[in-house]
Amino acid sequence: MARSSDGSKATEGVLRPSDHIDSTPADGGGLNEPKLGVLGYLRFFWRQLTSMRTALVLLLLLAVAAVPGSLVPQRSADPNGVAQYFVTNPDLAPILDSIQMFDVYTSAWFSAIYLLLFVSLVGCIIPRIRHHWQAMRARPPRTPKRLSRLEGFVRDERAEGTVADAVDAAERTLKRAGYRTERYGDSVSAERGYLRETGNLVFHSALVGVLVTVGVGGGFGYQGQKIIVEGQTFVNTLLAYDSFSPGRFFDQDALDPYSITLDQLDVVYEEENLDALGQPTDFTAHVDLLDQDGTTSDGEIKVNHPLRVHGNDVFLLGNGYAPVITVRDGEGNIAFSEAVPFLPQDANLTSLGVVKVPDALPEQLGLVGFAYPTQGYLDSGAMTSVYPDDIRPVVSFNVFTGDLGVDDGIPRSVYELDTRDMTQVAGRGTDVDAIILEPGQTQDLPNGLGSVTFESMPRFVSVDVHHDPSQLWVLVFAVLVLLGLLSSLFIPRRRVWIRVTAGADGGIVSEYAGLARGEDPGLSAAVSALAKQHADRL
Amino acid sequence: MTPSLDTVSVILVYSAIAVYALAFIAFTMDLARRAGEVRTVAAASVGTAASSGSGGTALLDREQIEAGDATASRGRLVWLRIGLSLTIIGFVVHLVATVLRGLAAERVPWANMYEFSLTATLIITAVFLGVQLRQDLRFLGTFIIGLVTVLLGLSTVGFYVSVVPLPPSLQSIWLIIHVFVASLGTAFLGLGAALSIMQLLQHRREGLPVESRFTRMRAFASLPDAEKLENLAYRLIIVGFVFWTFTLIAGAIWAEAAWGRYWGWDVKEVWTFVIWTIFAGYIHARSTRGWRGVPSAWLAIVGFSSVLFNYTVVNLFFNGLHSYSGLTE
Ligand code: HEM
Repeated sequence: MARSSDGSKATEGVLRPSDHIDSTPADGGGLNEPKLGVLGYLRFFWRQLTSMRTALVLLLLLAVAAVPGSLVPQRSADPNGVAQYFVTNPDLAPILDSIQMFDVYTSAWFSAIYLLLFVSLVGCIIPRIRHHWQAMRARPPRTPKRLSRLEGFVRDERAEGTVADAVDAAERTLKRAGYRTERYGDSVSAERGYLRETGNLVFHSALVGVLVTVGVGGGFGYQGQKIIVEGQTFVNTLLAYDSFSPGRFFDQDALDPYSITLDQLDVVYEEENLDALGQPTDFTAHVDLLDQDGTTSDGEIKVNHPLRVHGNDVFLLGNGYAPVITVRDGEGNIAFSEAVPFLPQDANLTSLGVVKVPDALPEQLGLVGFAYPTQGYLDSGAMTSVYPDDIRPVVSFNVFTGDLGVDDGIPRSVYELDTRDMTQVAGRGTDVDAIILEPGQTQDLPNGLGSVTFESMPRFVSVDVHHDPSQLWVLVFAVLVLLGLLSSLFIPRRRVWIRVTAGADGGIVSEYAGLARGEDPGLSAAVSALAKQHADRL
Repeated sequence: MTPSLDTVSVILVYSAIAVYALAFIAFTMDLARRAGEVRTVAAASVGTAASSGSGGTALLDREQIEAGDATASRGRLVWLRIGLSLTIIGFVVHLVATVLRGLAAERVPWANMYEFSLTATLIITAVFLGVQLRQDLRFLGTFIIGLVTVLLGLSTVGFYVSVVPLPPSLQSIWLIIHVFVASLGTAFLGLGAALSIMQLLQHRREGLPVESRFTRMRAFASLPDAEKLENLAYRLIIVGFVFWTFTLIAGAIWAEAAWGRYWGWDVKEVWTFVIWTIFAGYIHARSTRGWRGVPSAWLAIVGFSSVLFNYTVVNLFFNGLHSYSGLTE
């Protein structure tokens, strides 16, 4: 290839790190420099950091460093998985934790690698941008003396024509083909493909753009989760969320207090295909939106189709049933009456839930049980749900009395009942049968503790509310990455020369040759094509 | 109606596997022939080399081989032709099978692991055949059609699931785009890696003393030299890399629509990123003094191994949001 035989020439116009394959071997810089002052050391260090080899090693290190995050559960994506890991590997987990294995992508070591990589990247592209800026305005270089030593050399003799006309034609041919041209005597020097280097610089700069927008932009956003039962309303305020994670620069005033009421969740189930009976094929949450200024509108949230309101994206992430349970206490007062979201346990939505009644008298009450949207039986005789739609809903409860432990200020999960200070009074393991109810039914609790009513079984949705102002910018930079990549990998950068001389016995001789600037498998073919086009013009 | 289409599709898939297996045998015969035919030439030339002294042996041998090539390559060409023809037949059967599966499911046929294998291997074969139009790479048939036969066979036996409707999370235009482009990328990266393997073997052969090149690694004598193989690999891999970059971006857009965040370091996302980074490393390596040649070829091979790992082990044994094999429930 021409450029390996003529490496030093190929680098002019394109600045490359000193260990780039196209640049001249070490120009005395680095280790064998005689005296290294402080400045010398700094320069040496900087040159190492911005070398191709460092970039390459850092890239490979980054790839290796990303792997453990796929082997061990990560706090950011799977906090329950991490908790579980601590339980199953009590010895190993703390050690892994101490080296941030559960937070790989925010860990000191992972961050160090990519930050170094990006420092190297910036150090590498800034001088190249400056250089490229100048190169773009420079004239194509002088025509070499002997074209025959270059790539794709073609020589063409013809009996008629004048040198001047042929040079004009050569210039026009090259301009047409997108070359920048310059005449040197009876020859034309031409260069094209500046977009290759531009693309390369756009690509690398856009990578910095992605990193910065992800890192900084993400800080202005927030993300919250909320469970909404059919008929209930959610107001976009900090307190209303079940969980909320603000970005670093989040300001509470950024929350726009609009409200969303869930009218109904429609679920479509597969009813024909026997291999997939009961598999949900569509979820549509119908909602009413109420703006601060009082205007209302309808909206829809589907999986893959979030609702975009007030700079927020509302995603439908989960669903289930929330039986409405009313508990009357031993004194006949209504101590509890609410829709209680139950957590789905299987594909047919057998769901687990807990009802805590702290205000029941004389003693606090706790109910643990299941909801079955379509009740049936396992072979063992135990109840289960056999279909996810609410065709024959049933709830069943074990009942506890005593101290719920909710008054001591320690936060407790609403999905768990701490029975250490409680006594079971009904259900498995006691003399009294578990409470089993269909909608509208009421059953008395033993020992005059009161009664439980199963009113109805609405559905709930769990939604994720996101605000991320940087998202669009990340996309813009990602598209630039792709465009830059395309132009830098596939636009050939090449020089072509055409020289015309007068033939020995009248007529003219045209010579054509090219020089590749980087990867360019099509150069010879391109030179021949140019020679042909030129000949056609004569 | 619906199930019968799928049944026909499955029968065709098995037929395609059988035809590919035959094509693989033909391509392998070609490689074996290359080895055999060079040996006969070598026997002759070693004789002459011995009698004519050590002087211009290398040059002489090259001429001998080329001369031998012209006369003896006929039998080999037959095997290459048979291999390629069988590949084309297998491809057509495979294509029909895939289309029928799509018709049976009434959607694109790449929504679970079985279907994805079906489509991805189809695309690998298509790219392998398509590339032949520009560059004769039939000698890669053993690797590529071998890989296709194994992947298609394993996934049909191991991952087959009957047609079921798409869960809502997969009902997205991005499923179509993202997965399709990922398959295209896989095909190009796979061809590139196969060339890199050839390159390493050829490099090894080029390092052998001239005399022993006739007794060892003979099959490579008639293949392009290591530098040519490397350049070919590079050109295929950069195409694959662009597709992979697009896959990454399209995946992020889809993840945003489905889960509300464009990037969350889910296991599948991690591996897509790791693969992308390895190939970015490969492209740099090719431009770094001291890394072109053997080290960069190894990077291409490691990169494609990660693609295969991502597709098999990560799908089956790592749990993440992307558990779409359709095998769990
Ligand atoms: C964030 C890390 C980086 C990534 C992902 C990356 C990726 C890439 C890719 C994909 C290419 C090929 C496409 C193109 O030519 O534009 C490339 C080329 C290049 N990169 Fe990087 N790069 C990174 C960092 C760096 C750094 C730190 C340097 C400076 C030492 C550098 C110097 C170069 C050069 C000189 C080329 C052109 C290679 C050639 O002439 O063929 N890159 N890079």
